Amino acid sequence: MEKRLDRKRRGTSAGDVAFNLCNGVIMFFLMFVTVYPLYYVLCASFSNNVELLAHPGALWYPRGFNWGAYRLAFTHPLLLSGYRNILIVLAVSLPLNIVLTLFCGYFLSSKNVFFKKPILAIIMFTMFFSGGMIPGYLNIRDLGLYDSLWSLILPGAMSVYNAIICKTAIDAVPDSLIESAYIDGANDIVIIFRIVFPLIMPTVAVLLLYYGVGHWNSWFPASLYIESNYNLPIQNVMRAILIANSNILNSAATENDKVNDFAETIKYSAIVITTVPVLCIYPFLQKYFVKGVMIGAVKG
Amino acid sequence: MRKQPLAGAAAISARKPLGMRLSEDFKQNKYKYLMILPVLIYLIVFAYKPMYGLVIAFKNYRPALGIEGSPWVGFRQFRLFFNDVYFWRLLKNTFSISLLSILFGFPAPIILALLLNEIKNTAFKRTVQTITYMPYFISLVVVCGLIKTYAQSNGLMSQIAVQFGGQPQNFLMNPDCFYPIYIISDIWQGIGWNSIIYLAALTSIDQEQYEAARIDGAGRFQQMWHITLPGILPTIIILFILRMGGILNVGFEKILLLYSEPTYTVADVISTYVYRKGILNGAYSFGAAVGLFNSVVNVFFLAVFNRIGRKFAGMSLY
Repeated sequence: MEKRLDRKRRGTSAGDVAFNLCNGVIMFFLMFVTVYPLYYVLCASFSNNVELLAHPGALWYPRGFNWGAYRLAFTHPLLLSGYRNILIVLAVSLPLNIVLTLFCGYFLSSKNVFFKKPILAIIMFTMFFSGGMIPGYLNIRDLGLYDSLWSLILPGAMSVYNAIICKTAIDAVPDSLIESAYIDGANDIVIIFRIVFPLIMPTVAVLLLYYGVGHWNSWFPASLYIESNYNLPIQNVMRAILIANSNILNSAATENDKVNDFAETIKYSAIVITTVPVLCIYPFLQKYFVKGVMIGAVKG
Repeated sequence: MRKQPLAGAAAISARKPLGMRLSEDFKQNKYKYLMILPVLIYLIVFAYKPMYGLVIAFKNYRPALGIEGSPWVGFRQFRLFFNDVYFWRLLKNTFSISLLSILFGFPAPIILALLLNEIKNTAFKRTVQTITYMPYFISLVVVCGLIKTYAQSNGLMSQIAVQFGGQPQNFLMNPDCFYPIYIISDIWQGIGWNSIIYLAALTSIDQEQYEAARIDGAGRFQQMWHITLPGILPTIIILFILRMGGILNVGFEKILLLYSEPTYTVADVISTYVYRKGILNGAYSFGAAVGLFNSVVNVFFLAVFNRIGRKFAGMSLY
């Protein structure tokens, strides 16, 4: 009864019902096409290699359930070194990213600094113009970073775009808080870590996500700067397996690893292992996305 | 930041000689300068030094001689590029891919946001959102790996094609299929994420307008067209200007992962050419020249579209 009244108030007509129905169908279709390719991967990763190859069409459940591919993916030396390298890159990069971004955002948000304008110009110019691929590559060689994990950490130490997001967040911190800290004798470095940082935690979380996902998913710099297979981060190992169809896994396998027995399924299990960590994190940060995206687009 | 001297003190300090003001500034802001120092060092080493490295575009760079020692050749590298047999093909492909992505990829998230806005059930809406954001967090390598797997002659796409009376084939090897694959997968990956900003813009629309429209007998489509769309139009325009400004920024990493020799005719763009010539063939100077050309055209477009935005929409990026 109440429901009907409510419906009447909102003016539910036949046209409305048809609209909602169509909209619902479109949304379900969208969700299906988004999820199915990934669901296929999940099914394929738990399948038996031979049965999977014999069954080229759509998958709705694993063919011949088997997790040998996972056992292999978790023990294969090249995949392991790939995970190790990306974890090293993340562990060193993220603190560096956050500290530099905070420093830059704090500086850009400050007033009454004599050299702020020229420094702002120096920083902003890099957003519009860059040396490009070749000079960047030669620069890494000149600096002696070639084939070292530093070549993946240092060039991406800070993104100006993220620094501007950070600046906008710091702008919203009340001036009075910072002034009273000055009066208590705190300097800017104390203020940034003791007062500003706790207040802009939501923004820092988004920045961590941006930087973290960026590093985790990046492959192009490593394809330029890293030469030895055992220094490649995980995405480049994935690229060799998925895109180049190289036998990189075979050649790096130890005697008793039967890579060939899992040639197809190991691809899928490796995809699951590299994708699931990120997919587990983002839903928890979803409510902060709007903030980050808004600031970035309007000020960028 | 906020260490503001008293108003009177500021007025006095403005009249002080420059040297004194500088020394006061350094005394007052020494920690701020100390903080920005690592940022500046980073930018100088990893942004400005490569910009200086662009001089090799006007040289015949040889690694043994270094940037300084390599001989100057003026605009020879640029002339080589403009007379390159592939020059027009690269230009055509770059603009085609970019314009097609804008044509199909730009409206997609707007439509999604409009449709999401019409969902009254919050739980359902949140579910759709969470799910459509997902592909954005999947790495490009994995997305392209999946495309490659599904496009194989015995893959999912061929199965579907056969259902509709087509022939099984390797779709990635067919130049006719490259743009559709590229653009559809782009939409697949970005539609949810890119709709966030429009959804945020939607929240600022006054709900009473809908109420008034309903009383006047407007249907859902009419409400969408006359209230929702105009409400987010400023956001749409800003993002469109941004997108047009980066017209030469095609997703070249994705092209690099997807293209192959049979599809070079449609898929080879300026940046992939720089990669092949410069990095793989070691023609550093030529690659740098082509890259510089790309950057300059990019800056030009950015400036032009920023102007257009300022003139017609009163909005500017800088």
